Amino acid sequence: MIASVVPGPALRCAGLVKRYGAVLAVDGLDLEVRRGECFGLLGPNGAGKTTTIEILEGLLAPDAGDVEVLGRSWARDSRHLRERLGIQLQETFFSDKLSVEEILRLFRSFYPRGRDVDTVLAMVELESKRRAWFGKLSGGQKQRLAVACALVGEPELLFLDEPTTGLDPQSRRQLWALLERYRADGGTILLTTHYMEEAEVLCDRVAIVDRGRVIALGTPRELIASLGADHVVEFAVEDGATPPSLDSLRVLAGVRDARREHEGFAITTSEVHRVVPALLDALDTAGHRLSMLTTHSATLEDVFVALTGRHLRDA
Amino acid sequence: MPDRRPPHPLAELTRTRFLEFVREPEALFWVFAFPILLAFALGIAFRTQAPQPIPVGVVQQDGGEAVLRKLRASDGLAPRVLARDEVDVALRNGRVHLVVEPGRGATPPTYRYDRTRPESRLARLAVDEALQRADGRRDVWSARDELVVTPGSRYIDWLIPGLLGMNVMSTGLWAIGFTVVQARTRKLLKRFVATPMSRGQYLLSHMLARLAFLVLEVGALVTFAWLVFGVPINGSLVTLAAVCLLGALSFAGLGLLVASRARTVEAVSGLLNVVMLPMWILSGVFFSSENFPDVVQPLIQALPLTALNQALRSVMIDGASWTALGVQAGVLTAWGVLSYLVALKIFRWQ
Repeated sequence: MIASVVPGPALRCAGLVKRYGAVLAVDGLDLEVRRGECFGLLGPNGAGKTTTIEILEGLLAPDAGDVEVLGRSWARDSRHLRERLGIQLQETFFSDKLSVEEILRLFRSFYPRGRDVDTVLAMVELESKRRAWFGKLSGGQKQRLAVACALVGEPELLFLDEPTTGLDPQSRRQLWALLERYRADGGTILLTTHYMEEAEVLCDRVAIVDRGRVIALGTPRELIASLGADHVVEFAVEDGATPPSLDSLRVLAGVRDARREHEGFAITTSEVHRVVPALLDALDTAGHRLSMLTTHSATLEDVFVALTGRHLRDA
Repeated sequence: MPDRRPPHPLAELTRTRFLEFVREPEALFWVFAFPILLAFALGIAFRTQAPQPIPVGVVQQDGGEAVLRKLRASDGLAPRVLARDEVDVALRNGRVHLVVEPGRGATPPTYRYDRTRPESRLARLAVDEALQRADGRRDVWSARDELVVTPGSRYIDWLIPGLLGMNVMSTGLWAIGFTVVQARTRKLLKRFVATPMSRGQYLLSHMLARLAFLVLEVGALVTFAWLVFGVPINGSLVTLAAVCLLGALSFAGLGLLVASRARTVEAVSGLLNVVMLPMWILSGVFFSSENFPDVVQPLIQALPLTALNQALRSVMIDGASWTALGVQAGVLTAWGVLSYLVALKIFRWQ
């Protein structure tokens, strides 16, 4: 079809709004996903990521706003779009007593064009499990099967909602590798995640979502650079004396910014080697005893905290 | 092979429905074993027996011995002596169907029994005849008895088609109601509508998968009834199969309708009971629906299970052919088609 070669974004939405009763789940959200990129919606649980992705998938109707997927609209071209998209929902439990192969065959039968079941099994490395019942699979295998069901129609655009939530690190890396291979074949991905590490590894561009809005957009590198510092020093002091004030920390040599954390403080800086001696000095002078001190390279998590004052995992 | 023709969605949907079901041992029990056990139990309880002597009681008092002797002379009666305070309990429990209180002197005896119980009325006739004869009554004439056994007139012959109908109904409704609602709670329906799958075909696959079992479940029950109780099929097997097929499709449609909105397995269980219970009672499974008043008969006749049971009995007992089953076939078709269409319209996919 001509439509598929017309250049233009894989997906575009503008002014998206969705309410659940009094709760505003999506609050005027705009996005554009380019063809061939992996785009991530990063945000804490409850930020409106799932609602957003389900609207884009044509499973939910927005209260307001426009959605255009592969240059088409859900209202007019739903059937056509379903054939060209691959979708993995946040949680799908296939029938426990169907085998991997049976489930894949079923999904393959829905698509007029698509990949061979054997090919997809090889892609997701589940060949050895082809006769295993769904109920007997591990969490990682279930998730790879869910992705396989999304890939079986040879989609141009893949939607993944929290694809690695609840998986162990090894399963997570296996899934990432699978998605990288799909990317390498020219596929486009839109995924949601609340793992900043996942967004940094997989995504070309990331939109940080909080309370139904996009609060930052860019490549992971750009977003981290926006902190103006590439390291974070975290520390805590023992209970007792009055804790140090943020202002007293901000004036230390090399400190870009300081903020309170759960059990202590976090300082952003580009010069760890200057900040740490100065900090130790200042604490010693004030009579504080250090109970914890760590440093790490700045991440998207730090970007989120800098923007919202909250952490991704507990916001 | 990459050029292999992809499987047809309706065939795959039906196939997976079928596999899900046969891999569920409990479901197999309820579909196959339970109706057979039920038929067996009822068949034993209501088996045709040689006429049993009627149990009657005689109150222990003066003259009791004489009455007891006279009753013993009749072979249709099984009299026993009862203390006065045992009488009420024995009557209530059906240990005896009637109690004779012997008369004093020239006073005739008193019969105590419940007139609404047919067996008690029978006991009164037999007891009265035995006592009168013993006291010298002579018959004016005696008729010649010609004993016959009408084929298909036993309770079990009447019961089996009803059980068959009930089974077609309950397995259809339960199997579909449960799998649909389970797929909904597991978000599988939502996942399906995220593909190009045809929704009509999804619902249709449930109805088709039912047919695969139908052959097995009807076959099992009919064969069992024939082997163990000698229940005949007087009509053609093809007609019987066609009636079962129509019934199964009809109830499959109804099952989809019942499951079309429910979000939880508990909710759909309740709904299924609401739908099935009236039909168990009204549609003539265990006893004839003729027992209900005339005003409700039009309603009863419009129920799908009534239509199915009538059609099954016509075929199995009367040997009826298709042409005689127009009304029943119409009722079943209407229920099936309308339920399917309404279900498709109001179905909750997420």
